[in-house]
Amino acid sequence: MNVIELRGAMVFLGRFPALAGVNLTVESGEIVALQGANGAGKTTLLKLCAGLLPLGSGSGKVLGHDLFTEQQSIRRSVAMLGHTSGLYEDLTARENVIFWAQASGLDKATAHERAENAIRRMGVEERLLSLPVSRLSAGQKRRTSLASLTVRRPELWLLDEPHSGLDQDGREAIDSFIKEVVGVGGTVIIASHELDRVSSLSPRVITVAGGIALENEDQ
Amino acid sequence: MKQFMHDLLLVAKKDLRIEIRSRVIINQVVPFAILVLVLFGFALDADQKTLRTFSPGLFWIAVLLSLLLAIQRSVSLETVNDSLTGLKLAGLSPVAIFFGKSIAIFTQIVFLELLLTGGIIIFYGSVIEDPALWVVAGLVTALAVSVTGTLYGALASGLEVRETLLPILLLPVLAPVLIGATKAYSGALGETVSNGWQWTGLLSLFALIAATLGSLAYGVLVEE
Repeated sequence: MNVIELRGAMVFLGRFPALAGVNLTVESGEIVALQGANGAGKTTLLKLCAGLLPLGSGSGKVLGHDLFTEQQSIRRSVAMLGHTSGLYEDLTARENVIFWAQASGLDKATAHERAENAIRRMGVEERLLSLPVSRLSAGQKRRTSLASLTVRRPELWLLDEPHSGLDQDGREAIDSFIKEVVGVGGTVIIASHELDRVSSLSPRVITVAGGIALENEDQ
Repeated sequence: MKQFMHDLLLVAKKDLRIEIRSRVIINQVVPFAILVLVLFGFALDADQKTLRTFSPGLFWIAVLLSLLLAIQRSVSLETVNDSLTGLKLAGLSPVAIFFGKSIAIFTQIVFLELLLTGGIIIFYGSVIEDPALWVVAGLVTALAVSVTGTLYGALASGLEVRETLLPILLLPVLAPVLIGATKAYSGALGETVSNGWQWTGLLSLFALIAATLGSLAYGVLVEE
């Protein structure tokens, strides 16, 4: 099953074509790495796939939903880890994860249960759970962000520079998490500058340049 | 409807919990509002009789200036770490987010009004002669400024000059509310013979229109 199907996809930021006709097919269970210079269009491509940016022209489906008409359905099935944590700095790590579980429509009891599972799974340290997020390290924030996304049980993961700012342990934790997601049938797209790192995770690397996605044939 | 109320209360409780936790309202907004009241007293260099006459207007100017801080804060909660994207991806209705954030600001403004009421009684020697009018006009005005502020906060949220632009955009729109609320409170304090209930009716109409327009426009603004 194709999770992503883009044909001549264009996205305009104002008048500027941030994506200039992308053709991309991603199958279920794949890990796909996007590489490219700053401003090449990697983040725009991820946001398009998350249903956060409107498709200017071309056609596209994500998880079987049309990008023109079913953006809301796409959003509910997708997790996106961006450059920022997406967390509330004055809430504790636990409160954040529970909030995001409840925000995805879960009742209080289920949200608490899933949050505790997600926290354990992501390895957020117990002693840090009652601290405001503002006092956590970058690595613990990233783990908390991933826990907040995990509670929604998304089918497609869009990770934008997931390794940036992390120490070796944090990077390895992210790699393990990605492998675990794919192991249970999820699909992951990673935008990264660290080609060596993402190449070890994925045999499929796509270069984004000038708003166009090119498959790396030598992979 | 059940899901809508769930989302609305979730956002409102989250914003209020953050405000209680961060103590920005207690440590910054409230002292600022009290300071404005005191400075008006110095600036007018007046006896208590003059201050009592002007106290409804001074009260609402202090509220509106403090409102700007509360709105800036409410907007920054969602923009600092781009949590708004998470809210969109979680599938929360923009209307529920709008009313949830409005309720959180409304609660803070009502709390502020309570303290400022104590402030004008202590500093200006004001006496509330119609407590029912005082309470109803206070609640309706808080609702009007909260929904309008939430909408304009979203309008300015994507702009780098948000802090300076928000007052320029919002205060002219709230000028009719300032007039109406001042007239209503003048009536409640017995300072003029204005019909405070009629002004409160007009404020209710403003609140209703602002809430309707806000719920329609908020989704478009946060998507831009």
